[in-house]
Amino acid sequence: MGGASVAPLHAGEARHSRAVALSGIRITFTGRGGEQFTAVEGVDLHVADGEFVAIVGPTGCGKSTLLNATAGLLVPSAGTVAIFGEPLSGLNRRAGYLFQAEALFPWKSAVDNVAIGLEVAGTDPGEARARARDWLGRVGLSAFAERYPHQLSGGQRKRVGLAQVLIRDPKILLMDEPFGPLDAQTRQIMGNMLLDLWNAERKAVMFVTHDLEEAIALADRVVIMGAGPASRIIGEWRIGLPRPRDISEIRMEPAFHALHREIWSALRDEVVKGYRQAEEPA
Amino acid sequence: MKRARLLFLQVLVAVVLIAVWHFGSTVKVPAGIVSQKAFYPLDPFFFSTPLAVFQRTWRDFYTGVIWYHLGITLLETALAFVIGAAGGVLVGFWFARKQMLAAVFDPYVKMANALPRVVLAPIFALWLGLGIWSKVALGVTLVFFIVFFNVYQGVKEVSPTVLANARMLGMSERHLMRHVYWPSALTWMFSSLHTAVGFALVGAVVGEYLGSAAGLGYRIHQAEGVFDVTGVFSGMLVLAVFVILIDAVVTAVENRLTVWRPTAAGQS
Repeated sequence: MGGASVAPLHAGEARHSRAVALSGIRITFTGRGGEQFTAVEGVDLHVADGEFVAIVGPTGCGKSTLLNATAGLLVPSAGTVAIFGEPLSGLNRRAGYLFQAEALFPWKSAVDNVAIGLEVAGTDPGEARARARDWLGRVGLSAFAERYPHQLSGGQRKRVGLAQVLIRDPKILLMDEPFGPLDAQTRQIMGNMLLDLWNAERKAVMFVTHDLEEAIALADRVVIMGAGPASRIIGEWRIGLPRPRDISEIRMEPAFHALHREIWSALRDEVVKGYRQAEEPA
Repeated sequence: MKRARLLFLQVLVAVVLIAVWHFGSTVKVPAGIVSQKAFYPLDPFFFSTPLAVFQRTWRDFYTGVIWYHLGITLLETALAFVIGAAGGVLVGFWFARKQMLAAVFDPYVKMANALPRVVLAPIFALWLGLGIWSKVALGVTLVFFIVFFNVYQGVKEVSPTVLANARMLGMSERHLMRHVYWPSALTWMFSSLHTAVGFALVGAVVGEYLGSAAGLGYRIHQAEGVFDVTGVFSGMLVLAVFVILIDAVVTAVENRLTVWRPTAAGQS
């Protein structure tokens, strides 16, 4: 992993440029019958402030559990999570999390869904709603403020989700295959929107995906995880493609293809391994 | 067009049923066809006649005697529903948030719910007298469990993702109650609203039937006591129309309060 390994973050060693520092993370689940399942093991990963890191790996490699550990929704079985140099305890208050599954409140309209994060933080409801409208405008949904989630398309719901998370101005943005269920065109539009918003206010981003092309097009750095169980980081690549980028255009660049070929050749073996394990009888 | 056709068919069913009843109870089968004597296929002594039933019902409304009894039954139903639903919501919420409590009381809740409520009616009459409160109590025991189980389910079945999202958005336990658990529980409660209101009415009428001095159940019971079949059918007719009206009100309230829910037809 070259120079990417993270020094243990004990007293006095806090490096504040590191928004997220995961070191020696192991996450083990105990099944109903008492059997142990280790999702990830020995993961060292750091994300600098303002850096966009994409985490790619075959299905079931425990990418999401890393995000959950960073969010504080899950306590790792071993290892430490440090946020801006401070060990994480409880929920990560500086992180915003865009979930893979539907996470909007179905009983709230789009504008109320976006405003809620401010409201619970004590912002005056009128002001919260005004700012929520502003954010809906930024994600191109001004006309849909009063709609309920079920009246929006999948892509629109994701945009509301993005506004809901970003309105709280988190320093760290965690995204778990946020565009997974969308069609290819919508994914590109969403990707460009995400990059525009991120360019305006650079946050540390951990973006989990199984789509290598998407990862290369979006990120500053692509981290590849091996097949589970007990998956590890098997490699990482810096993506030096110039910014600002246009996702649909950047895919035509020779540099993009070269990177893609290089990373894919490393990932392929793991994907094959992942399939083989999935097909083996339990 | 489809709607008109449906309505036509629905009315047709009523017309056919009433026609069968009418002719069965007013036209005699002549002697010698089925039996030695001429007879009514639907003996008016046992079945009354539709005309008599409508006349009786009209007279009851016209003279105003029925209004008082309707009012009593409505009051009992409303009280039973409000008290039972409030109790069900509170306890359902409480149990869903305190797993230990729910586990301890689980067998007792099941036992109490399995008990046929009719056997409670005499006890309530003994405790609370023959006034409206014994009927309200009976309705409450019915409504409470329906609402309780639904609210409990509603709180337990909040999507884990929505919950995780709420917590990541900075919600405290109090916020979660207000913005997540409460709306979720309400949806489940509304899905049981029709049943709950129906049971509140059942509690009231059965209670009146078993011992009271007023109400629709009381009227039906009185009529039965003197073999006044017309009175019984008239009481049933009023009850049926009453239920349909209440159900329409519930539907209107439900549509109002759950605008955010997807409809099967899709309104977007």
